[in-house]
Amino acid sequence: MRALTWHGKHDVRVDTVDDPGIVNPRDCIIKVTSTAICGSDLHLYDGYIPTMKAGDILGHEFMGEVVEVGAKSTLKKGQRVVVPFTIACGSCYHCGKHQYSACDNGLPADNQDIAQELYGQPMAGLFGYSHMTGGYAGGQAEYVRVPFSDVGPIVIPDGIEDDKVLFLSDILPTGWMAAENADIEPGDTVAVWGCGPVGLFAVQSAFLMGAERVIAIDHFPRRLELAKKFGAETLNFEQTDIYDALMLMTGGIGPDAVIDSVGLESHGLYVDNVVDQIKASTFLGTDRPHANRQAIIACRKGGRVSMPAVYGGFVDKWPLGAFMEKGLTLKTGQTHVQHYLPGLLQAIIDGKIDTTFLISHRMDLEEAPLGYQKFHDEQNDYTKIVLKPGLNG
Amino acid sequence: MSDHRDDGPIVSAKKNADELTAATIPDAQGSSAVARAVTINRPVAEVYAYFRDFSNLPHFMENVVSIDTPDDTHSHWVVKAPGGTTVEWDARVTEDQPNALIAWTSEEGADVPNSGRVEFRDAGQRGTVVTATILYDPPGGVVGKLIAKMFQREPAIQARRDLRRFKQLMEAGEIATPAMNKKQFEEMGL
Repeated sequence: MRALTWHGKHDVRVDTVDDPGIVNPRDCIIKVTSTAICGSDLHLYDGYIPTMKAGDILGHEFMGEVVEVGAKSTLKKGQRVVVPFTIACGSCYHCGKHQYSACDNGLPADNQDIAQELYGQPMAGLFGYSHMTGGYAGGQAEYVRVPFSDVGPIVIPDGIEDDKVLFLSDILPTGWMAAENADIEPGDTVAVWGCGPVGLFAVQSAFLMGAERVIAIDHFPRRLELAKKFGAETLNFEQTDIYDALMLMTGGIGPDAVIDSVGLESHGLYVDNVVDQIKASTFLGTDRPHANRQAIIACRKGGRVSMPAVYGGFVDKWPLGAFMEKGLTLKTGQTHVQHYLPGLLQAIIDGKIDTTFLISHRMDLEEAPLGYQKFHDEQNDYTKIVLKPGLNG
Repeated sequence: MSDHRDDGPIVSAKKNADELTAATIPDAQGSSAVARAVTINRPVAEVYAYFRDFSNLPHFMENVVSIDTPDDTHSHWVVKAPGGTTVEWDARVTEDQPNALIAWTSEEGADVPNSGRVEFRDAGQRGTVVTATILYDPPGGVVGKLIAKMFQREPAIQARRDLRRFKQLMEAGEIATPAMNKKQFEEMGL
């Protein structure tokens, strides 16, 4: 089959590789119909993520048609499914509590060592995202082996086009969980730092959860326009002092909840704890921790901080004092995708959530290397690229 | 000075851990200790029964080539070692409390003298806590241990990974693998 493979910094290629097949009884094989390039894929592209090997197949946002099933899969050939980016077993204690991204068994045993060392306990597996997250082949390919297919993939009813549901795989549930973690109460004012896909979905979700006002913060005009379309008030940090503006807009109280979704990589994990620290702090040390600091300082007393943005290692000068003195609550974590799928699919069917606005470009899988380059170099125009195998015939 | 001994598990003691561990194992063999605990979301009777049938162990113990069980208390182990070789030993069950404990020791003449205990504890809603404590003499002493570590056949690394695979098999019914197809799976081993 054809697949997008990683070969090094800024070197991804579409190669012919072995076809996947059923290995375990709960597996299925899907024929990919749509797959997106995620902001976090750019970290792989930039060479920042360790434990990558030449030839690794990338991609963790994908959907397609079931073409083969293992003996214990509950899926049927011909069904259309969206696949969560997190690989979770559905049977362990954490899956039982719907904490799917904390699954004990999604990571192969040998691949659990690094996460155990870094974090104390290993997390779930991920598709197409280095060997420390499992070394699973990703979805930017014609076919994918999907483990635990009786638990992860959600079946899509006929008549709903791919573009409406593809983002169930990652960024929509991530934005939704970000809003849920903000414990929004009716009448709340919610401020969202970062209007990438996750931030934009968090804006929509916050309104659905009863927020009266959402204030969206970014510096890309196109993203701020999109946030405005969903009813957010916007702040461009290149034009406006964010703290002063938020205090004036909230009568000196501060937002009831703040969401830090700066950086597209809602799971662009582990960057700064494995890459050498100096390089990482140069790379990350500018606006990301800055946004987080700003959010904590702006948040009202007793307010809530939600953090879908990823911090893999250690952060300097984090305002622990303000956090403690104001009695804030922080909720965070990788997305428990499987938990949110049924509800969000229904919200899409009911027309309560729109996801298609995000897609700026559609390309053939064969054009994926160009897609990576454009997505990397022209962020304002390329908000989201969806790859369709066979698009150009 | 109080000589208060804290409640830390013996093998995590900062001093004399190996000696203290040896004291808890009947007919102890081996001078290096490793202990790992894992919680398995299945009833204790099921977890114990699967483990007690030693012929099941090669399903999740990566380096175990085969275990023959002539009777309930005796077994013969063939295990992969660094450099494409194997080591062998006979083992004897020294203690067996259903749904609670299995202890064993290797017999005279073992390539790798070893002994240990695996405890099973009912953890209610969380399933079963399995704690494995293993004492062993690495082949070739310290150098052998280093070489084994390089090839990832070091018993401490292996015990940790094997227990994870045991958990996966008991909970998920299968062992997670990144292999894309059967061919890759066979190349990866296990």
